[in-house]
Amino acid sequence: MQTIGQQLINGLSLGSIYALLALGYTMVYGIIKLINFAHGDIYMLGAFWGYFVINKLHFNFLFAMLSAMLFCALVGVIIEYFAYRPLRKSPRITALITAIGVSFLLENGMTYFFTANTRNFPQAIQTVTYHLGGIQISNIQLLILGTACLLMLLLELIIKRTKMGKAMRAVSVDPEAAQLVGININHTISFTFALGSAMAGAAGVLIGLYYNSIDPLMGMTPGIKAFVAAVIGGIGSVPGASLGGFLIGLLETAVQAVGLSAYKDAVVYFVLIVILLVLPAGIFGKKTKEKV
Amino acid sequence: MKTWQKMTIRIAALSIAAVAMAGCSTAKNNGSQGNNPGKTVKIGVNMELSGSAAGYGQQQKQGIQLAVNKINRSGGIKVGKSKKKIQLVIRDNKTSNTTAASVAAQLVNNDKVVAVVGPAATNAGTASIPNMTKAAVPSVSPSATDPDYTLQKNGDVQKYIFRACFQNNFQGSSAAKFMTNTLKAKRVAVLTDNSSDYGTGLTKAFKKTYTGTVASSQTFQEGDKDFNAILTALKHKKIDAIYAPGYYSELGLIIKQARQAGINVPIVGSDGMADAKLTKIAGKASANNVYYTTPFSTKSGDTNAIAASFLKDFKAKYHTTAPTFSALAYDSVYMVKAAIENEGSANSVKITDGLAKLKNFKGVTGTITMNQHHNPEKSMIVEQLTKGEVQRTYNVK
Repeated sequence: MQTIGQQLINGLSLGSIYALLALGYTMVYGIIKLINFAHGDIYMLGAFWGYFVINKLHFNFLFAMLSAMLFCALVGVIIEYFAYRPLRKSPRITALITAIGVSFLLENGMTYFFTANTRNFPQAIQTVTYHLGGIQISNIQLLILGTACLLMLLLELIIKRTKMGKAMRAVSVDPEAAQLVGININHTISFTFALGSAMAGAAGVLIGLYYNSIDPLMGMTPGIKAFVAAVIGGIGSVPGASLGGFLIGLLETAVQAVGLSAYKDAVVYFVLIVILLVLPAGIFGKKTKEKV
Repeated sequence: MKTWQKMTIRIAALSIAAVAMAGCSTAKNNGSQGNNPGKTVKIGVNMELSGSAAGYGQQQKQGIQLAVNKINRSGGIKVGKSKKKIQLVIRDNKTSNTTAASVAAQLVNNDKVVAVVGPAATNAGTASIPNMTKAAVPSVSPSATDPDYTLQKNGDVQKYIFRACFQNNFQGSSAAKFMTNTLKAKRVAVLTDNSSDYGTGLTKAFKKTYTGTVASSQTFQEGDKDFNAILTALKHKKIDAIYAPGYYSELGLIIKQARQAGINVPIVGSDGMADAKLTKIAGKASANNVYYTTPFSTKSGDTNAIAASFLKDFKAKYHTTAPTFSALAYDSVYMVKAAIENEGSANSVKITDGLAKLKNFKGVTGTITMNQHHNPEKSMIVEQLTKGEVQRTYNVK
């Protein structure tokens, strides 16, 4: 029982990171139907930003995370402006390939400038482990879970309650009609990229603190897992991405807990295939009828 | 008109055949085999400078450049009666097997190097063997640990392929002996990095020699950061020790997370852990009761004068403590130098002979003698970390 409880906590902390990343994928897809493969690398940039501001400018953790969110939001907007905006009218595959190109550029650019060495993240917060009835939980795990939930809630509020959120929803339904009623598409899309990238930046700093190890290729695997999470939850759906993230985190933990660690990635992709066969639009995805 | 056309085709066909034949004959009848040095001794570097193994490749490049700078500053390599400087040709194989093969071809055919250092990984190294062999140019890999790397399919040695590191069987079985005899561990858990031949090879060798019970055998991937699930599952298995062969980037996290989860049994690993970064990632408080088998450590300087000067130079140039990969790469360059000086020639075939005959070579990673399978024989030590510092070393027989 204790072990199960402990594994649940392991799974939830892992899942909250996937969920934060999956949100970025799903928002961008929802609005311009682009799978932004560079998203995992923005998360890496967030972790590196945290590393430098804590080490060089001696920021405390909260400021490091907020500045990383701001920095990543800016990077997201710049990437959108230079790489994706000129391709908005091109076939979708062109934008997709560009996204992969941007991902390679960020990974190898960072490797070139900062070497591929693994760095230890400065421990801005001392780890304290609490024991609750045989279950251990550290203050950092609580921080990750709390921050992730808070950010997701905030995101939901922005999308549902603000004018910008309304504009985002309008653009995702029909960009041309949205433009006709006076919504500035470019601003809305930039804002979406900024929001998604800020989430990734927060995740990067949290992961840096939690695992104490960052490197320029750290975004590759989590990026793909988060993409899977977004697809399972129903790509384009914000609550779906959160749920998908937690599901993948718990699933991975469960597979390792029963001793099948060699198959943990295989199981994740297997579940992806099954879900796509049974529910092609994902758990929370909208079923769209196509007129032929 | 028609006959004229036929004639042209015939002449063209003949001339093509002639050119092709000429190509064959130059390849076969060239008096001396292999590449020869020009004004400088050209040494190629076929290295993982980008891609997933770039972290290790970059460290090896630093070791190589340090060695070459040092040799050139003292005048170069003595070839016969004159001294020649080394010219490095560094090429990135992008951690890809096909690129490694084409980089090998470029180095030996276009750049005309007389010896190659690299690649770092067994897979990329194996892919470049055919091109090295065809050109009769030797290569020394600083870190390809698979036992079969230097062997052909029928068990004969690959004539041109050498390495500077331990092969897995030796290291894995040493760890097993150490855990049985010194740690008295009767039940162990094995955690393997199964994304590299290094991790899987060591685990295979360990399991073959270890006589106690393997209570649990789990695997992880390079780049994994979360081991909490595996460790929580291990916690209730009543184990005496954990054997975890892999690299410092993952092992540091395993140590940190194991100690946080309350698993305090000894964790034993391999030379991929012998890096100052291990403690930085794991944290000083967690890096307790940790052991690893290694030919080189940051403490090697206390007993080995060559290692001491290497550690000092490395620190001065790169402002960090030298990692094992840099030490092995540094030795690889000096092994080539020793081979050239012993043979009195920098012809690539002669270097090959020199490397195969290498005996009592004094390197940073110990005193090396090349055995018949082109594996360096040097002494294995086990180091113990206490609060992140090397506190004790054990010799393993």
